[in-house]
Amino acid sequence: MSAFIVKFKNIKWKRYTNYIGISLVLLVFTVLTLADSLPQSTLFLLEKIGISIILSISLGLVVGFLGELSLGHAGFMCIGAYIGGKTAELLSDVGVEGIFALLISVVVGALTAAVFGFIVGLPALRLKGDYLAIVTLAFCEIVKTAFENSSKESFGGPMGLRTPRFDKHYLFIIIFSFILVCLAVMQNLIRSKHGRAITAIRDNEIAARATGINVTKYKLLAFIISAAFAGVAGVMYSFANSTVAASAFDYNYSIEILVMVVLGGMGNITGGIISATVITFLNVKLTTMLTGDNAVLKDLVYALILVLIVIYNNAPALKYVRERYNIRALTDKIFKKRSDVSYDTDDEGKWDRVPTKIKMDELLSVDVVVRESVIDPDKEGKE
Amino acid sequence: MCEYVLKTEGLGISFGGLRAVDGVELRVRKKQIYGLIGPNGAGKTTVFNMLTGVYQPTRGTFYLDGEELKGLSQDKINQKGIARTFQNIRLFNNMTVVRNVMVGFHNLPKYKCSFIDSIFRTKRHRDTERAMRARAKEILSIFGLLDERNLLAYNLPYGKQRKLEIARALATNPKLLLLDEPAAGMNPQETSELMETIRFVRDKFDMTILLIEHDMSLVAGICDELTVLNFGQTLACGETSEVLKDPEVVKAYLGD
Amino acid sequence: MEFLLTLINGVSLGGIYAMIALGYTMVYGIAKMLNFAHGDIIMVGGYSIFVFAATSFGTLPPWVSLLFAVLMAVIICALLGFGVEKLAYKPLRGASPLAVLITAIGVSSFLQSLAQVFFGSAAKFVQFPDLGSLSLGELTVSYSTLITLISTVIVMLALTLFVKLTKTGRAMLAVSEDREAAQLMGVNINFIISITFIIGSSLAALAGLFSLMNVPFIKPTFGSLPGIKAFTAAVIGGIGSIPGAMLGGILLGVVECFSNSVPTLAPYTNAIEFAILIIILIVKPTGILGKKRREKV
Repeated sequence: MSAFIVKFKNIKWKRYTNYIGISLVLLVFTVLTLADSLPQSTLFLLEKIGISIILSISLGLVVGFLGELSLGHAGFMCIGAYIGGKTAELLSDVGVEGIFALLISVVVGALTAAVFGFIVGLPALRLKGDYLAIVTLAFCEIVKTAFENSSKESFGGPMGLRTPRFDKHYLFIIIFSFILVCLAVMQNLIRSKHGRAITAIRDNEIAARATGINVTKYKLLAFIISAAFAGVAGVMYSFANSTVAASAFDYNYSIEILVMVVLGGMGNITGGIISATVITFLNVKLTTMLTGDNAVLKDLVYALILVLIVIYNNAPALKYVRERYNIRALTDKIFKKRSDVSYDTDDEGKWDRVPTKIKMDELLSVDVVVRESVIDPDKEGKE
Repeated sequence: MCEYVLKTEGLGISFGGLRAVDGVELRVRKKQIYGLIGPNGAGKTTVFNMLTGVYQPTRGTFYLDGEELKGLSQDKINQKGIARTFQNIRLFNNMTVVRNVMVGFHNLPKYKCSFIDSIFRTKRHRDTERAMRARAKEILSIFGLLDERNLLAYNLPYGKQRKLEIARALATNPKLLLLDEPAAGMNPQETSELMETIRFVRDKFDMTILLIEHDMSLVAGICDELTVLNFGQTLACGETSEVLKDPEVVKAYLGD
Repeated sequence: MEFLLTLINGVSLGGIYAMIALGYTMVYGIAKMLNFAHGDIIMVGGYSIFVFAATSFGTLPPWVSLLFAVLMAVIICALLGFGVEKLAYKPLRGASPLAVLITAIGVSSFLQSLAQVFFGSAAKFVQFPDLGSLSLGELTVSYSTLITLISTVIVMLALTLFVKLTKTGRAMLAVSEDREAAQLMGVNINFIISITFIIGSSLAALAGLFSLMNVPFIKPTFGSLPGIKAFTAAVIGGIGSIPGAMLGGILLGVVECFSNSVPTLAPYTNAIEFAILIIILIVKPTGILGKKRREKV
């Protein structure tokens, strides 16, 4: 018995906060929905929040841990939504419905998105920073155009694909279960040698290669996993809505997901979950409150907050303000723990120190065939 | 077993018609500390970049323990047994010191653990993680970095960052260690400490070391043999004391 | 004839893209950032023309009213570009480039939302004096197309001469080559970056005018797609290169017009253009006329 207590005390609770938080929310609302006391709007909100959390965690892998900017996350979600929705439709034609059909659709949708993640990951091997961001954005537009111009029989064309809606009382339970799966994969990946390889590439790609890391493999891996979970979110979206229209997965939606990741703190999974929850909650609430052209006030405020937070977190001139007033210092004060901010045992790199990959010199360099370039002998020795 | 750990044959590279390095012949024996020196722009770092696969040599080839490594990618060459440090320190700045070293273990067969193992946190995953951490701590304590193991790498003072870079390179379990100006930016006190460290690494790990250095006191102090490069070509090679007396070498360094 | 007309329209559209691409290329070369909000400056220029043309249309002769509106648009855009740089980008100089990029995305979203607050999301019709068209045998080309073409050529020449001949222009070249070194030689970096944003934004206002002359409707997302396409053009031509922006823009404009003229391809025009971008970036990331840079190890 005492051995059990010792073991219990030794558990690193910090590792499990995300699971515990999500599980508690899931438990509370499951009880409520079983008691039939949840209004439909709350269920709808839960579904949306759950989908956002999956998107935020999955994009966080590429942006926060691999250090590459992707503006096409909505594109992967779009693929998942269409392919998953179509699979569900085909399955219901042959009489397969319910949870079984959902699981098959998720697998098919996630795998298809993963394949596209691989394809988009290929340019990432040669391009960095702004260039890669533009390629992912272009990819998202291409996907959207392709689905919008599909025939009515295949993917519904511009009107969108009609999809079978899942039992709305229980869909959020499945979505939250997938959050747990997503969390498990991401956290276990990050806390393994493979995750270390990915963060090593973020911090210094040249040193990572020299240390024996297969950069190609790990960049592709990060893109594939990230895309696969965006695909899962897409399939969930198709089950939560009766139609899937490509126009929903536009550039602005990709930006919204990026905002969740950035506001949550890059490389910080818990932060990503919290900001995804808050932003989606506000989104839904504000959309019902603001009608017509006023709805845009919401976007205006988001944009302003995004700019202000990024400037506050990054402006070199504000460094000292930042070091005095930040949440980490505050929580440390409350819990009377270490006050030295330089200690950080979880590789959650501080946002103001995170990727500096987009340097002009490095930007155009990767593909450059050395023997074609003119070398300056004076510089060669110094670097 | 081959006589030389590292052997290059006519190693050379051209950039747009300019022969940056030409016909470099290195013969490095086991447990030797071998110096590669020369004036700025002589092509020393370019030789390192060829030996680690950053650049592909356009002429000649090189062998590690008799195995030809020319044409392999950077990570493959590292796996075959050549590790390096950089002139301008390149650490994984946002990772802790101990994890910097653990990245070095990535390819060691001893710590093999598949992606699937990690995702499901199998016993193998937990065992290898524990073993890697323990081994990393051992290496860090050798370099006197154990107390700083949970510090983010960019918070280390300069001299310790250099040490950490060497520790990370050693973690990959190389046969040959390339050090690119390890004493750059160090004061005489730190330099003499560094000499001790390099000798210690050689003895403790049975390591063969090839280093680029400008600090002549360090070169004269620890290098067994030297090769002097000038304008990409070998100016002299042989035992340290003799090479440093060579009038050609003195001329290259001091001018006419 | 059909072919020639499509070609002329393509070159003219390409001229608009080239003008926007110039803004991207200059800012990228000098401030080393991708100004995502550049497309939205075009939109602000468009709305300025809409407002000033509408208010002055009755009182002034049409041509004068149009010139007045364009002048106001250029001034407003230049001020906006200047202000955005000072408020949003300058504080982040020296910070992580990813932070700058995300800020630029935020500014873009902010400007779009602001436009929607003031003008609503519906497209507005902008009235222009009818310019008529020129007939050469069977070929009929509208004057607006010709004006676009000629203006583009003039702007390119002026800009090239400005960079080559004036002290400020040469300072810009120096800053794009090596900012620290330029600073050490006494170049005022803040001034150069401000000038770059002012020139880029003024060109965006002109691009807004020419786009409206082709399709006289404006809405808050007016600048997004042309903005992204112009960036594509800048990349295709080789970022940082003025002739590259011209070449890339015209190439893209011609491809777009020809693709739109084939009914089966028309819905996929955007996809085709983006596919070209991806292919060029993968095959030759430095673009057609771009300079190569080597990574130091």
